[in-house]
Amino acid sequence: MSVLYDRVVDSSLRGRFAELRRNVLQRYPTMTIGGVLLILMIAAAIFAPLLFTVDPIKLDPVVRLRAPSEAYWFGTDMFGRDIYSRTIYGTRISLFVGLVAAALSVAIGLVVGMIAGYVRILDSVVMRVMDGVMAIPGILLAIALISLSGASLATVTVAITIPEIPRVVRLVRSIVLSVREEPYVEAAIAAGTRLPMILVRHVLPNTIPPLIVQATYVCASAMLTEAILGFLGAGTPPEIPSWGNIMAEGRTYFQLAPWIIFFPGIALALTVLGVNVLGDGLRDTLDPRIAKKM
Amino acid sequence: MYAFIAKRMVATIPVMGVVALFVFLMLRLSPGDPAAVIAGDYASPADIIRIRAQLGLDEPIVVQFGTWIWSLARGDLGISIFSNLPVSKLIAQRVEPTLMLATTTLLFAIVVAVPMGVIAAWKAGTWIDRAIMIFAVAGFSIPVFVLGYMLIFQFSLALKWLPVQGYTSPFVDFGKFARHIILPTVTLSVIYIALIARITRASVMEVLDEDYIRTARAKGQTERKVLVAHALRNAAVPIITVIGLGVALLIGGVVITESVYNIPGLGRLVVDAILKRDYPIIQGLILVFSFVYVLINLVIDIIYTLVDPRIRY
Repeated sequence: MSVLYDRVVDSSLRGRFAELRRNVLQRYPTMTIGGVLLILMIAAAIFAPLLFTVDPIKLDPVVRLRAPSEAYWFGTDMFGRDIYSRTIYGTRISLFVGLVAAALSVAIGLVVGMIAGYVRILDSVVMRVMDGVMAIPGILLAIALISLSGASLATVTVAITIPEIPRVVRLVRSIVLSVREEPYVEAAIAAGTRLPMILVRHVLPNTIPPLIVQATYVCASAMLTEAILGFLGAGTPPEIPSWGNIMAEGRTYFQLAPWIIFFPGIALALTVLGVNVLGDGLRDTLDPRIAKKM
Repeated sequence: MYAFIAKRMVATIPVMGVVALFVFLMLRLSPGDPAAVIAGDYASPADIIRIRAQLGLDEPIVVQFGTWIWSLARGDLGISIFSNLPVSKLIAQRVEPTLMLATTTLLFAIVVAVPMGVIAAWKAGTWIDRAIMIFAVAGFSIPVFVLGYMLIFQFSLALKWLPVQGYTSPFVDFGKFARHIILPTVTLSVIYIALIARITRASVMEVLDEDYIRTARAKGQTERKVLVAHALRNAAVPIITVIGLGVALLIGGVVITESVYNIPGLGRLVVDAILKRDYPIIQGLILVFSFVYVLINLVIDIIYTLVDPRIRY
């Protein structure tokens, strides 16, 4: 009885928001979980100084290698730096690299893929080059690029982006090839629409939903690669805390102080999980045909 | 059939050509003097001149490329700057542990992932399916080295069941090899298992809707036989494709897993080369790993024709 009563009467703004929340959660459970995780991480990155952190690069040798406690939530490292603060600040690097790599690889891949799909002469050349780049293990390619150009945030981001481009190109090209045979494109050509207009009006909109999904996967993979590079000693310079280089520094002290690796590791895993789950949810919503197959 | 294999083998040449060109241009087109970059911050001008000569950087670029490709064709990958040993020799010394780890991982991943995927497809929509899929998404998200350290922490340090790190050749002491290889194999497998299980589920699910599956069931075939002989066999092509594409993941993962478990393989060679900025080694390993990747995918293309007689080239 009371349930019925609540439902009928609660048409206040707050009630309607609650209703909306229930609906979104019910209809898009995975997307909501992923999105919330990602938003939390973005918030942590933006509001890092407000989240009870101390200076992440402040050395305090008196409190070296302290286990997690009330004063040091995630413990301290071999220089007495607070792992909690370093982990929170490290969110910035990880998200920056992930989001920029996703945006860059999608933008470049879109242009190259459209060219490959529409300009017949260039198609096979472009695709052979992409096959070649795809054959090079991404992490090794990134390592080589960084070892040649020196590690800075910019070079690391570029080095991570390059190996991600071929998959985007392939995706865009395959969409272009199928769309250009569609009757509405033929109709547009017959009506005298020029090529740039066809590309912008008919081809581009078809690439957007799969590209959004692809961008989430690139973002997840770029964040993992960034951490791996940092872990191997080829990542961003040590004066900027990133999850990768925090963990790299913790390697030597692993048996003594496992928390140096665990906390940034868990943060990384959760963020990547959030982005992956968001991607799966988006794919299910935006492209039900593929969703049924996966 | 033989014509197809020959054609497919010829098709790998341009791919390897692009890889070689890419690796070649990467060094030459990088900003600044590549010899100075490789020599590092503390090099004397004499060092830089020596390295420039060693890499042949003072000749015209076309000549450089020609000489380089010619020496590659003879199996010469150049000379390590730090140790002055041929890169091919350094790679040969380190290849065994990596090959062992990659093989155990590949076998373990297939043995675990394919049944997982088939069961998930068979029980689609139930909690078993959901559990397997949650594992698959989580497997994609957990970084290899974090997982590695967690396993060491649990099974080596806390429970003391397995050795912490290191490697023993199976040709020296097989028992010791087995105990050392378990954790690295599990660590490296997880992402691969996630990938294969996911595609197996999708591929088998699609096949399970087919008429011949209903026919097989209708004639009283056991469910196990329906799943394995009818469904899995017909779903095999995408699964095998992903196993091949996943080798790229495997190669990336080997580098990290070897660092975590202190295994003296090719991955460690790369990591040491990064720290010493020994570019010829990095370049040589890129070429070798890319070649292996292309080769494996060539083999897989040939396997298609054996698995699926409908595929005729």
